[in-house]
Amino acid sequence: MWKYIIRRAILTLPVLLIVSIITFSIMQLAPGDPAAIVLGGDYIMYATAQEIEDVREAMGINKPPITQYFDWLGGFFVGNLGTSLFTTESVSYLVSQKIEATVSTVFSGIFIAILLGLPMGVLAGWKMNTWIDRAVMVFAVLGFAIPGFWLAFNLIFLFSLKLGWFPVFGFRSLFTDGPVEFLRYSALPAITLGVAFMALIARMTRSSLVEVLSEDYIRTARSKGLAEGIVLTRHALRAASMPVITVIGLVFAAAVTGTVITETVFAIPGMGRMFVKAVGDRDFPIIQGLMMIFATSYVFLNLIVDIIYAFLDPRVRYS
Amino acid sequence: MTTNRGYNPNEIRQAKGMGNRIWVQFNRMLRKNPNMIVGLFILMLFSFLTIFADFLVKYDPVAIDPVDRFMPPGSVHWFGADNIGRDVYARVIYGGRVSLLVGFMVAFLVTLAGLFIGLVSGYSPKLDMIIQRVMDALMSFPTLLLALALIAMLGGSVWNVIAVITIVDTPRMVRVVRSSVLTVREQQYVEAARGIGAPTPRILFVHIAPNTMAPVIVQATYFFALAILTEASLSFLGLGIPPEDPSWGNILSLGRKHLQQAFWIAFFPGLVLTINVLAMNLVGDGLRDALDPKLSRRA
Repeated sequence: MWKYIIRRAILTLPVLLIVSIITFSIMQLAPGDPAAIVLGGDYIMYATAQEIEDVREAMGINKPPITQYFDWLGGFFVGNLGTSLFTTESVSYLVSQKIEATVSTVFSGIFIAILLGLPMGVLAGWKMNTWIDRAVMVFAVLGFAIPGFWLAFNLIFLFSLKLGWFPVFGFRSLFTDGPVEFLRYSALPAITLGVAFMALIARMTRSSLVEVLSEDYIRTARSKGLAEGIVLTRHALRAASMPVITVIGLVFAAAVTGTVITETVFAIPGMGRMFVKAVGDRDFPIIQGLMMIFATSYVFLNLIVDIIYAFLDPRVRYS
Repeated sequence: MTTNRGYNPNEIRQAKGMGNRIWVQFNRMLRKNPNMIVGLFILMLFSFLTIFADFLVKYDPVAIDPVDRFMPPGSVHWFGADNIGRDVYARVIYGGRVSLLVGFMVAFLVTLAGLFIGLVSGYSPKLDMIIQRVMDALMSFPTLLLALALIAMLGGSVWNVIAVITIVDTPRMVRVVRSSVLTVREQQYVEAARGIGAPTPRILFVHIAPNTMAPVIVQATYFFALAILTEASLSFLGLGIPPEDPSWGNILSLGRKHLQQAFWIAFFPGLVLTINVLAMNLVGDGLRDALDPKLSRRA
């Protein structure tokens, strides 16, 4: 087991290295002088050559790109992601301000997706080719096609503007504002983010369960007179859970994409919205920092999923 | 094949030639998949509307009419009018041109790039190591964030949006092609081709490539749908298609500001977008069941 974990962990190193090179290159290739952004766009017309040179010197952007790359990468390891071009505050500080909103949005979205998607998939797979199955599959196809922002509009229009059950937008912290306020504010974002994953999880669970239920050992279990509930929970679900775990791992990664949209629609002060704003402002250190954070967490999440997978299925370890 | 089984008319038709065979297969595919007919019908209807929009739509999508501002949907403006009196129906139909162009071009380019990189990667173990790590790295970025960062570098325009979505989606196609090359290259006919001394490019493109096409075509339809969604997301965030040109994402983005007084500005482009993505998914599922039985649901 340890051998597998170490081998798998070493594989992440070249990927992370390439991730950092891609991130760095995109920002190097972007047109425009960061010094000009710092000096305030048009103001650069009035700035003296010496002023511009001083800013460039202070930012370290007159060094050769290779040196800049290693400075930047070195900083990443000690948690120094650079300084925002606009607010002149450190990127790590700005990110730390936004992390709670994003994490709680992602988790509540995935929580809803698992909470509803899993039982739907189990029910559909178990009652295959009945109306329940068909209803779940129709939902699964629809949930996948509906764009998050449009779903959000419909939810806001119906539940916030017409019925007044939920606030239109905003964010409340679970820790400082209490669970009631938190739930009121995060219900619609969680549904918006969760529906597509709910559809995906339901679909995966269903097809995985359908496959397992046709196995011989399930027939054996049934023919020796076990109650259907026990066959389902003890025998089928354990085997059927494998692909579902992989999907849930992937869902976490995809949720980051979803949260960019969700945070924008619901005005949640999170990392996704911060990223969109940074792209609009061309605030490169923030873009770079967030890209590295998201990609690194994705790589580690995948590592964890693979380890769990190997833990549950011994065949993976020895291949 | 046993002789006493009698001749199946389809087999005779198949034996007559390729063109015929494709039609027979296509017919059989449609008969098995009523959902696919619905999907194809929606896509054809919509393509027709967008292509001939100049003759079918009576309003100019950019014409401003202050008298009609915020007019609700009705006989004058089918989908209502927006904050400066532009006809939402005309904007949705013309916006469909951009969306369908982006979807089609991305599906096409991703297929080309994915086939080429996937073939090389699946066939050459040395290059495979390097290519796969680069693809893994590209796939580590959340899709929308990578697209946004590339937009920050290139700037927003229709062709840049197409390029960006292609870059983001290609690694996923490469993975599909590569895994199917890995099985195909072990087949005997590939070994035979190598045995008679066929050069590597010939083996790759003449012998291996055609036999990886089934999953590639299926994936291409999904990328078509995905690209339209990504384009809409980018434009919705104000960083995709420039706001002057109508696109579904742009109209939705504007509609967001006027949700309270005019829900129709956001409602209709979203509805049309959803229906189209749904139709493409139906076609994709149908193709998958027909071309790639291994992948289909075992129901």
